[in-house]
Amino acid sequence: MFKILHAQFIAPGIKRFTIEAPRIARKHRPGQFVILRIYDKGERIPLTIERADPAKGTVNIVVQSIGKTTNLLNSLETGDSILDIVGPLGKPSEIEKFGTVVVMGGGVGTAMAYPTAAALRNAGNRVITIIGGRSRDLVILENEMRQVSDSVFVTTDDGSYGEKGLVTDKLRQIVENGSKVDLVLAVGPIPMMRAVADMTRKYSIRTIVSLNPIMIDGTGMCGGCRVLIDGKSEFACVDGPEFDAHRIDFAVLVQRNAMYRDAERRSMEDYRRELAEERAGEPAPQAKQESTCLAEARR
Amino acid sequence: MTTTTFKKSSNPIPNKERIKMPRQHMPERPPQERNKQFKEVNLGYSEELARQEALRCIECAKPTCVDTCPVGVKVRDFVQLIVDGDYLGAAAKIREDNVLPAITGRVCPQEDHCEGGCLLKKKGESLGIGYLERFVADYEQKHFDTKNIVKATPTGKKVAIVGSGPSGLTAAGDLVTKGHQVHVFEALHEIGGVLVYGIPEFRLPKQIIREQVDYMRAMGVEFETDVVVGRTVTIDELMEEEGYDAVFIGTGAGLPQFMGIPGEHLNGVYSANEFLTRINLMHAYEFPNYDEPMVDFRGKNVAVIGGGNTALDAIRSALRLGAGKAFILYRRSEAEMPARIEEVKHAKEEGIEFQVLSAPLEFLDDGKGWLAAARCQKMELGEPDASGRRRPVPIAGSEYVVPLSVAVIAIGTSANPIVQSTTPGLNTNKRGYIVADETTQRTSRKGVFAGGDIVTGSATVILAMGAGRRAAAGIHEYLTTGNW
Repeated sequence: MFKILHAQFIAPGIKRFTIEAPRIARKHRPGQFVILRIYDKGERIPLTIERADPAKGTVNIVVQSIGKTTNLLNSLETGDSILDIVGPLGKPSEIEKFGTVVVMGGGVGTAMAYPTAAALRNAGNRVITIIGGRSRDLVILENEMRQVSDSVFVTTDDGSYGEKGLVTDKLRQIVENGSKVDLVLAVGPIPMMRAVADMTRKYSIRTIVSLNPIMIDGTGMCGGCRVLIDGKSEFACVDGPEFDAHRIDFAVLVQRNAMYRDAERRSMEDYRRELAEERAGEPAPQAKQESTCLAEARR
Repeated sequence: MTTTTFKKSSNPIPNKERIKMPRQHMPERPPQERNKQFKEVNLGYSEELARQEALRCIECAKPTCVDTCPVGVKVRDFVQLIVDGDYLGAAAKIREDNVLPAITGRVCPQEDHCEGGCLLKKKGESLGIGYLERFVADYEQKHFDTKNIVKATPTGKKVAIVGSGPSGLTAAGDLVTKGHQVHVFEALHEIGGVLVYGIPEFRLPKQIIREQVDYMRAMGVEFETDVVVGRTVTIDELMEEEGYDAVFIGTGAGLPQFMGIPGEHLNGVYSANEFLTRINLMHAYEFPNYDEPMVDFRGKNVAVIGGGNTALDAIRSALRLGAGKAFILYRRSEAEMPARIEEVKHAKEEGIEFQVLSAPLEFLDDGKGWLAAARCQKMELGEPDASGRRRPVPIAGSEYVVPLSVAVIAIGTSANPIVQSTTPGLNTNKRGYIVADETTQRTSRKGVFAGGDIVTGSATVILAMGAGRRAAAGIHEYLTTGNW
């Protein structure tokens, strides 16, 4: 069991957890992730580490409520525990002095880009950060990013904060204004990373993205997270999660991520019903024949 | 050769009569009942059946069943204890050499080892040694209180075991009985390695593994899950910072092999590792009661490519998930299949079709990213290859298309590099497996031993256990003498 020392929403549907995991905290390098399982009947999902504190023996993860597991996770509070957390997994980000690096975070992807941005800055790079979100309240970690960046730009889809538009609009502007960009790191939703890749290909800027395909073990054993890189299968868990964006077959990535869409929808519907029953004051889960996932997760 | 002096048997039946006695059949769940659920197929001998079967043993002076066992179980002795009615004595006798009797009694390919060497086979059918071992182990589980385990005097030495599969558990069991402090690290959230993620419930129930592991806990073995050695902690850190005097690496056969044919990335194409892990470790067959999903198999065509135990475990699982048609695609003939004879028999009874001498060339999609069919090619057998089996040779113009919704690729695995790449000075061969001495399982690193599939490539549970035993002996010798 891994104890949650602190849990707090940092945006609507986005929660940051500080978890006691001394072994992982000690070994974590930027770009790496953990796989966790909340309760006995839960699935294993990969989540990127936002930061690690080896001295305190803690790691932070930032989680957006999307499906059943992330919703369930975000229902946990300070003092609760997570059944299993394993890591740090994957190859660390490649950190060296590239020159000027543009770090792009889309939505919760900003949390995943943050430790790498910090490490790149420490390695002597000029770091320009572009944070994007659908609206003002979904722009996260702006202050943290400001501390590790030479400049920070914010874009929102609806213009409620920063500049109206997409992160790619800002990137184009930076490049076309004549800034020499040596590397782009983009972490966010697949359409965003794909759009960045398409754009930087034209400018011949090396671009790294962090992928988050379906995974089970995270050690290379199952092969479920295979992605097509230059037409060949590579495993995101051991060969990644970061890859050269210009070599990725994004269409296959989208297709494979949709593999369990029906099951995911069903899980989410069941979860919503359980939640509604709990809120409506249905018999306490303990009294039911089958305990609910909510009760099991909090046990 | 074994040169033990055996005590006089209480078996009253003359040897020439014993030879005529028929082998007692294992009671099984009926095929049409079991192929719809994951409950165990074999139901186990009753006490009466076990006694009856044990009486068939002709008590060879030089028991080949013992010599052919990779861990050297004293078969003749334990069988005679069954004849005597001393079942706990029989269990203790097996445990002298085998810490996982309820597991080997279920999944060991006995025909290749003890039963293959049984002299009764020359006259008819071999003794049901595996069935007897299972009977004794299950009897022990019900009737033996682990509080009665006598622990060895602590030596003060600490051993780390990396991986809780058959080789690691065996090494741990042997070392703890020598008085060493043993700590097992497992990457997944359950103890058992391939026993848990690879072998389905209908062949090896999870409860059996848990019971065998609990027995080992009672022996004093410590377990820690969620630790990927090489990532969470390195071998060097275990030895230098956590005070381990020796390490055994039993990380198993790691990465799944794909065929490298077009369409392998389509939805519906699985590696056997993923397919079985979803079902076994993650309980996807119990979705939505468990959260891990699986694609809907009901009424669909499912093929597994391969002919080993993994392939059969996968296809029989697919049938239980409701596949309309479940078949094996194997490029050689049935005679070359490496699977256990009993599994092939069970699979056929359940309705699995075997399309042998055939291999897929390409997976075809439905236009939406899902598997729709496989284009296959027929084979004929040519000259024997390096494995000694006759090589499959494609027949020109024999291509055909078979409609398919799910394909599971079970053609083997390759070495997982995580431990090797994070342990400086640990020698590997050109395929990435760890190089280890065949008798002591020593690696190129002082104090580090390795065994099982991470040394040999994919093999069987019992061969991995044999390596675990040799490693435990090697480690004990190193810890007591300090010699390397």
